[in-house]
Amino acid sequence: MKLDAKVPQGDLATKWKTYRGSMPLVAPNNKRRLDVIVVGTGLAGASAAATMGELGYNVKCFTFHDSPRRAHSIAAQGGINAAKNYQNDGDSVYRLFYDTVKGGDYRSREANVHRLAEASVEIIDQAVAQGVPFAREYGGLLANRSFGGVQVSRTFYARGQTGQQLLLGAYQSLSRQISNGNVKMYNRHEMLDLVKIDGKARGIIARNLLTGELERHAAHCVVLATGGYGNVFYLSTNAMGSNASAAWRVVKRGACFANPCYTQIHPTCIPQSGEYQSKLTLMSESLRNDGRVWVPKKKEDAAAIREGKKTGLDIAEGDRDYYLERRYPAFGNLVPRDVASRAAKIACDEGNGIVPTGKGVYLDFSSAIQRYGKSQAFSKGMTNADDKTIIALGTKVIEEKYGNLFEMYEKITGENPYVMPMKIYPAVHYTMGGLWVDYHLETNVPGLFSLGEANFSDHGANRLGASALMQGLADGYFVIPYTIGTFLSNEIRTPSFDPDAPEFKAAEADVRKRLQNFLDIKGTQSVESFHRRLGKIMWEYCGMARNAEGLKKGRQLIKELREEFYKDLFVPGTQDEFNPELEKAARVADFIELGELFAVDALERNESCGGHFREEYKTEDGEALRRDEEYAYVAAWEWQDVNSEPVLHKEELEFKDIELKTRSYK
Amino acid sequence: MALANMNLTLKVWRQSNNKAKGNFETHKVVANEHMSFLEMLDVLNEQLIQEQKTPVAFEHDCREGICGACSMVINGQPHGPQRGTTTCQLHMRSFKDGDTIVVEPFRAKAFPVIKDLVVDRSAFDRIIQSGGYISVNTGQAVDGNTLPIEKDLSSQAFDAATCIGCGACVAACPNASAMLFTSAKVSHLNLLPQGAIEAEQRVLSMVNQMDEEGFGMCSNVTACEAECPKEISVTNIARMNRQFIGASLKSDKMA
Repeated sequence: MKLDAKVPQGDLATKWKTYRGSMPLVAPNNKRRLDVIVVGTGLAGASAAATMGELGYNVKCFTFHDSPRRAHSIAAQGGINAAKNYQNDGDSVYRLFYDTVKGGDYRSREANVHRLAEASVEIIDQAVAQGVPFAREYGGLLANRSFGGVQVSRTFYARGQTGQQLLLGAYQSLSRQISNGNVKMYNRHEMLDLVKIDGKARGIIARNLLTGELERHAAHCVVLATGGYGNVFYLSTNAMGSNASAAWRVVKRGACFANPCYTQIHPTCIPQSGEYQSKLTLMSESLRNDGRVWVPKKKEDAAAIREGKKTGLDIAEGDRDYYLERRYPAFGNLVPRDVASRAAKIACDEGNGIVPTGKGVYLDFSSAIQRYGKSQAFSKGMTNADDKTIIALGTKVIEEKYGNLFEMYEKITGENPYVMPMKIYPAVHYTMGGLWVDYHLETNVPGLFSLGEANFSDHGANRLGASALMQGLADGYFVIPYTIGTFLSNEIRTPSFDPDAPEFKAAEADVRKRLQNFLDIKGTQSVESFHRRLGKIMWEYCGMARNAEGLKKGRQLIKELREEFYKDLFVPGTQDEFNPELEKAARVADFIELGELFAVDALERNESCGGHFREEYKTEDGEALRRDEEYAYVAAWEWQDVNSEPVLHKEELEFKDIELKTRSYK
Repeated sequence: MALANMNLTLKVWRQSNNKAKGNFETHKVVANEHMSFLEMLDVLNEQLIQEQKTPVAFEHDCREGICGACSMVINGQPHGPQRGTTTCQLHMRSFKDGDTIVVEPFRAKAFPVIKDLVVDRSAFDRIIQSGGYISVNTGQAVDGNTLPIEKDLSSQAFDAATCIGCGACVAACPNASAMLFTSAKVSHLNLLPQGAIEAEQRVLSMVNQMDEEGFGMCSNVTACEAECPKEISVTNIARMNRQFIGASLKSDKMA
């Protein structure tokens, strides 16, 4: 199999425009006769389903949630990037493109990233028109803030709930198409298999989660916008339901999975507090605009804090190590996520962590409170304001900017972050890897498309902050509605497919057998307990720092876990009813296989880049060491079965417009 | 730091399906104060699975207070005792060792029970589908900054838009009214200039749909505001009533 990225010819800056001007179109009368299945209703899925509905395609949309509005895009906090240059600070489409390729450590596909930067501008306009209440300045114009890895202010935001507001915008557009009859919505339906006819994706098997009934849904093509696989680590900032099953099921039907080892560990999450913990909570990257990251310089201070004998407030300014500002003076606390996460790990590994587990650092707002307090006092003409007044004024400013995040922190930890510095630690947050797609966002299975976090294409080995919302919406609103036409323009004579065709019946039978298999094991251990153990293996051996020996061991442990899973799993109930344990069992079974491929990929990539840090490959001062000569490619894996080695297909990455450099934020 | 164990007695509503008659089941659980309420239920479910029994079904997803999936009534209050907090963000430090906690589903005619603590809230989707959007197709928008919006107005719209669609307002209301939910969306969109064009039609259709779904009338109890995890104000209800009356008086807009 040869992977063809199908990148159009011509200058990088005009490729997308030329493509749109020359691609084959589907006439409105034909659109009505073409069926499109969209799986997932996050930013990518909802915006794609809504837009294709508006265009006149016959759309069926699926979500396992009780409502499309619950998709995990809703939890994105910080913002969405766009090259609007409203701040007149030197931003442009090219700069956003450049920052994204550099931020991704030169492991993304240039043409896709440039298109993303172009679409970013339109997304903001679209969202404003839908009524998304972005933050505004007093003059009524849109406000911006900065995110990690960039030196301009291009992030649009809606308090700390940008994902919620953008998703509600897409959900409302989707709701409008549902009410118009252009989109048929299937809530509480989970895709459990892909159906191919003559090699093309022509439908899915979905389980009605309320009744357990398996349903056969046919279409001319299938679009997956089913999110990332961060929950392979069990503990992550993903929602409990976020899973990789739709993506993994299509891998089982021949789609390639690209770069599974590129995982983003987000530097600012609330540290784990106990074994019972079910998920980790993110504290938005936007906090690093004003928060300073530090640990005590002296190990004895750190130990005293861990034992509860001291707090961060007891450590004098001179005894604090603001390690990001020290190591990366140019970007300071706003270095990209992978860099900030590794630096936190190093500080804690050296014994300077400040929570009982040793895995935590401070994120401190006291300097910002002072700075804002003084500026407020000055503008109010208070020349002799005392310290208390300054702190009160500064606290108010911080509260306006990050109030809901501070409140969330206090609810979870029981500590007041306006007074006591926040305690944070890196956690799994986002997965850059995903289904391999070409420029059309089509996988190697014809007629099967993948959008948003579910595909691999735009973020390389590391995603910059506020770029996930941008990509999800770019793919859904502005890319797939065009590129799907290239496929469907050849299908206008294809009649609708019969869901009673033998291919559908066979796929349904496979699903039924697989589900029954989980129920028939009748072992003693819960799905959750296996998932937890998988997560521990992944974090230990495929986490923030990896090495060849550990990856081999990790893979072996995953294989053993899989065997135990199929011998000793206990799933109550039957498949013909609402059975959340059975749903989880199918998802965890897929995570176990994906986890193994993850280890294989991480072992194969003998370099460090972005979120993939191999201990064997680092510079003298501990930074990631890329090996462009050997590894400037996308690793797209073809999965055989659990007893065979996955097959590697390489897509060489070409950088025509950007010179490959060692990433430096110093 | 070792954490003290909390010994709790849970009285949990069990109902195998919509037709079945439900009942309270009593269980003992050992928790600690750092656990979230849902993590405490995870502990209970792990216990039940160990005994090869059916775990308690409850809805949850993001576990950070934003998706709106978690529901349940805890000791008589939707989302439990802490103000402005969803069940997933409620932590066990809000309870004491030895407490008995009663857990039941949101109860409303328009939210039929599916299983145990899981209810069907699809009526909310249908209310949004009836008009909770601005009619703009992808690609039709003008530059975002061509329409300056007063900061305070935008902020007011945001306060309404922050609704997570959990349904606590309905569960809290003695009439099981969905006025807070519906009015929050009406306010979010009708306050903004982008939404003003369809404002009258929107309020008429959404209120109409709300009634069709079987939600009750509002009698100004304001328990909805008190229990709303996002602290959405009943001012939105007043605003919606005013807009509804205004729009109704123009007979050509009657739905």
